[in-house]
Amino acid sequence: MSLIEARGIVKVYQTGDVGLRALDGVSFAIERGEFVSIMGHSGSGKSTMMNILGCLDVPDEGEYELDGRSVGGLSGDDRARIRNTTIGFVFQGFNLLPRATALENVELPLVYARVPARERRPRALAALERVGLSERTSHRPNQLSGGQQQRVAIARALVGETPLILADEPTGNLDTATSTEIMELFTSLNRADKTIVLVTHEPDVAAYSSRTIRFQDGRVIADERGASRV
Amino acid sequence: MFELLRTAIRSLASNKARSLLTMLGIIIGVAAVIAMVAIGAGASRSIQQFISGVGANILIIMPGAPSVGGVRQQAGSGATLTTEDAEALRDEAWTLAGVAPEVFGRVQLVYGSMNWSTMVTGSTEDIFSIREWRIDEGRFFFDEEARSGAKVVVIGATVAKNLFGEESAVGKVIRVRNAPVEVIGVLAAKGQTPWGQDQDDTAFVPFATAQRSLFRRGIANSVQRITVAAVDGDSIPEAEREVSAILRQRRRLEDGEESDFDVRNMAEMLDAAAQSTRVMSLLLGAVASVSLLVGGIGIMNIMLVSVTERTREIGIRMAIGARGSDIRTQFLLEALLLSVAGGILGIGLGASASRVITSLLGWPTVISAGSVVLAFVFSALVGVFFGFYPAWKASLLNPIEALRYE
Ligand SMILES: Nc1ncnc2c1ncn2[C@@H]1O[C@H](COP(=O)(O)OP(=O)(O)O)[C@@H](O)[C@H]1O
Ligand SMILES: [Mg+2]
Repeated sequence: MSLIEARGIVKVYQTGDVGLRALDGVSFAIERGEFVSIMGHSGSGKSTMMNILGCLDVPDEGEYELDGRSVGGLSGDDRARIRNTTIGFVFQGFNLLPRATALENVELPLVYARVPARERRPRALAALERVGLSERTSHRPNQLSGGQQQRVAIARALVGETPLILADEPTGNLDTATSTEIMELFTSLNRADKTIVLVTHEPDVAAYSSRTIRFQDGRVIADERGASRV
Repeated sequence: MFELLRTAIRSLASNKARSLLTMLGIIIGVAAVIAMVAIGAGASRSIQQFISGVGANILIIMPGAPSVGGVRQQAGSGATLTTEDAEALRDEAWTLAGVAPEVFGRVQLVYGSMNWSTMVTGSTEDIFSIREWRIDEGRFFFDEEARSGAKVVVIGATVAKNLFGEESAVGKVIRVRNAPVEVIGVLAAKGQTPWGQDQDDTAFVPFATAQRSLFRRGIANSVQRITVAAVDGDSIPEAEREVSAILRQRRRLEDGEESDFDVRNMAEMLDAAAQSTRVMSLLLGAVASVSLLVGGIGIMNIMLVSVTERTREIGIRMAIGARGSDIRTQFLLEALLLSVAGGILGIGLGASASRVITSLLGWPTVISAGSVVLAFVFSALVGVFFGFYPAWKASLLNPIEALRYE
């Protein structure tokens, strides 16, 4: 059973009386332990697809099964629970809470998972250590560099021990050197059994993955498996 | 839960000025209520203390027609109370424990180079028991002295202090309207009335003494009022009827003819005081509701602003697993915290305002636990009520749109 199974996904954005088919029948499956990159021009529907994969949005047509479970027709609360227990998000803009410390940001998924405070702290510290930030736990996001903020975001995606990490252009706001560090971090997470789906339009970044799905105008135009460069 | 509380505190603390301004409505409303209730309770307590201090079972008989609808009727030309009326009451009434005819006036007392002007009352020995005076030094005068017009005086603590200072007053001779009078007793202090009058600024002389040498009234046997005491609290209505019946009979008044005297009782005064306290609390309730309403709307307004400002934060929280109910709880808790903090600050402000009022104006105030609890509960309810709509709105946000919000 695949971790992700998408069949004929359609998403239409209604702007005025013109309907824009942002996704026009997308199908693919992703197995546990894969490291997949999604590429395509701007506006080709990558983020729209990621939102659906992340249970933040629902398709207008098609079937999406996550971890063997059909997501269509679930309530908002059920989708919130799936996001909490199955998915870790990493965003282009980091999306950390500005007033909370790194540690508190990382603890947050555990708060919503109703993990007792006693347990949260050591788990959050372990996640921060995993991304190499054990020295920065009480810093606020604006006291951290972009790369460090993205590490905090990755730690937050790790702390819930979810099988899947979804990252939408995680290196889009970072310089090349920092991008490399972040991608090496993703690679090591993938080695430790995380399934990673990552959107990028940089071939250098996509090169870390073992499979690339190409989007164009809301459709998949290529699905290439190749040895990752590492 | 603790986590949520900490988050709420932090988000309020991050914008202290705004939080404080938002709370201001609640603070002022609650403070006003606390202070006003404290003043009201203080007034009614001191009235009760006063009334029990001067004799709760007292009836006061005044010459002149009874007041009708609050307007005092003009006394008839022959409308007087006399010493004979007082004697008749003493001899005939079963329900009275004491009868004291009174004449009084403001008179200058002189001792050596000191002088002091005070209210001097001429009466009988009963006046002391009826008005619940206690002696501090010396003695009261006796009925024989009252009848014979002995040149003696019993003075209040304030008079003693002003004429004699630290000296002992008993045995000294003072001049009252040029007549030498011996001080035979000093009354124990009673303090002020609720309306700020010094009860100890007073002096008593035997009735006949006052009648003959002090006030020299036109009609020799007329009195200004008669104060009587019922045997106990329960027999006040009975005593009132009996006094009225005896006096009407002496005047040979037919049924339906108006009395030329008026009997008032302390219990009625107590009721009137209680009544005005009730009216005051109703008014306060109205003021409180309005100010809490305004405060509540302020909280709702600021929470709506806050939800909009923090749309992105809400999106982040939802993306990592917060349910609608988690978001709702978070914002509701913030509103609750604002209003409860406002309530607590308001209680503190109201309590200190009461203390300032007491020390500046001398009004007694009483902060009751009831009013504090009520104010607290009410401000919490305001927070929940007015915080609900913004919190509910936040919980309905779409996570993607919230994440995209700039
Ligand atoms: N909320 C929206 N409302 C209307 N159109 C949208 C919305 N989100 C995305 N789109 C449109 O859908 C298409 C796909 O967008 P997106 O998935 O963000 O592309 P990508 O991430 O590949 O750049 C674009 O044409 C975009 O303008
Ligand atoms: Mg995109």
